[in-house]
Amino acid sequence: MSRSSRGLYLIPYYLWMVLFVALPVVLVAYYSLFDIEGHFTFSNYANFFTPVYLRMTLSSFWYALLITLFSLLVAYPAAYALTRTKHKQLWLLLIILPTWINLLLKAYAFIGIFGTYGPVNSLFKAMGLGGHQILFNDFSFVFVSVYIFIPFMIMPIYNALEDINPTLIAASRDLGASSFVTLRRVIFPLTLSGVRSGCMAVFIPALSLFMLTRLIAGNKVITLGTAIEQHFLVTQDWGMGSTVAVFLILIMAVLMPIFGSGREVRK
Amino acid sequence: MSEKNRLGKVYLFIVFVVLYAPIFYLMYYSFNSGGNMHGFEGFTLEWYSEVFHDTRLIIIVINTLVIALLSSAIATIIGIIGALAIDRIRRKRVKNTILSLNNVLIVSPDVIIGASFLILFTIAGIKLGFTSVLLSHIAFSVPIAVLMILPRLQEMSPTLVDAARDLGASRRDVLMKVILPFISPAILSGFFMALTYSLDDFAVTFFVTGSGYSTLSVEIYSRARAGVSLSINALSTLIFLLTVILVVGYYFVSRGSARKRGKEPAAGLGVPR
Repeated sequence: MSRSSRGLYLIPYYLWMVLFVALPVVLVAYYSLFDIEGHFTFSNYANFFTPVYLRMTLSSFWYALLITLFSLLVAYPAAYALTRTKHKQLWLLLIILPTWINLLLKAYAFIGIFGTYGPVNSLFKAMGLGGHQILFNDFSFVFVSVYIFIPFMIMPIYNALEDINPTLIAASRDLGASSFVTLRRVIFPLTLSGVRSGCMAVFIPALSLFMLTRLIAGNKVITLGTAIEQHFLVTQDWGMGSTVAVFLILIMAVLMPIFGSGREVRK
Repeated sequence: MSEKNRLGKVYLFIVFVVLYAPIFYLMYYSFNSGGNMHGFEGFTLEWYSEVFHDTRLIIIVINTLVIALLSSAIATIIGIIGALAIDRIRRKRVKNTILSLNNVLIVSPDVIIGASFLILFTIAGIKLGFTSVLLSHIAFSVPIAVLMILPRLQEMSPTLVDAARDLGASRRDVLMKVILPFISPAILSGFFMALTYSLDDFAVTFFVTGSGYSTLSVEIYSRARAGVSLSINALSTLIFLLTVILVVGYYFVSRGSARKRGKEPAAGLGVPR
């Protein structure tokens, strides 16, 4: 076997990398420079900086921020409690299991639960609060998104908590710190890496979810993902869709060095 | 201390109830003869028989399984090659660059993957349908397979390969008789992860599927948009049971092999997108 043919078997992998990793990014950037009639133009970028798109980007950020924050608030205590249980592995499996259920089925379940005659509204009526329109607004969007992302937030935080050397906590106690001070000054700072990757694992997908905005938010919430889907599959304005995609990629490129890839979730 | 522990347990319990309530809610109403997701009228298996008599749905289920099995098999093979490729790079900077390129498709949002693949297939002249869905599922499963296989490959002592070479094995023999058997558990988990990614994917498929071709999650989306239909509930109950069997089976298989290596079993069990 000659020396040059040794690496031949590696071709399929590098071919994949060129065709499906590098080329698509280039194509998105290229398409963002054409308008709906196929003329070369920068008007898509000019469009992006009009109030309509800027407001959409801002609200998309705002919702993603809310979703990340609420997920963190729910997940941190849960991860902490998880490390204190006896059968950790079993509990962990139970946390992971719902993530294996198709996201659409979970969203569909909420259409029933939050529906006009659903259990939540029945509960409201029983408490004398009267019926409410819970579905198809921003509340239901944030709630369902948080519901879906909680396991993704719990996992990295749990891993970080498990990595803490228990003698550090014992030392903090011995030196007279109350359990709250230990939590705030010792445990929380040591789990920041987990918190960061959890936030990243939630924030980026939260920017780009489009099926939830369609199914749950009744098109009242428009995220960057919804805009891309709308342009590509509904109005067929691929240029503008690509432009929004370019900005989403840029946002990721800025956030990732700060927060990590967020995919250390699967350790 | 013990009271605090109890508080933690209660909190954890509530989180679990909230996590599982929607799933069991779906399953409960799949037996409702009332035809709606409120007001349980009576027990029926009508919706299950509807699922099994829906030829279109059965074809879609078969489509989904074919795509999942084919794409993960091919992606695993490319993943083995990729892991070998990354493993043999000596320069650290080059290695890190290739690794980050490898991970691009894992960290990018599905919408971007879907949209860019749609452009790619249109330019390449590939008709949207089976081929485009298969190609994109292979494409986004490759990096997962690489990430599952590479650590195991790096665990392997290089002396094993040296010994085989000294004893006169050809390069092919080294690969087939030394390297592949050693990394086979990782290959299996890579294949399994690719399988779940493929089965779970909605957004990418939604972009690259044509009008005539559909997978299960795309079908669920269009039916859910049309409103509540209890055959979806019946279907999701079946899917849930299948998932539980798969996950529990994988858990025990990986626990068996992890025990020998002294690792935590759940560590190998990733979280899909």
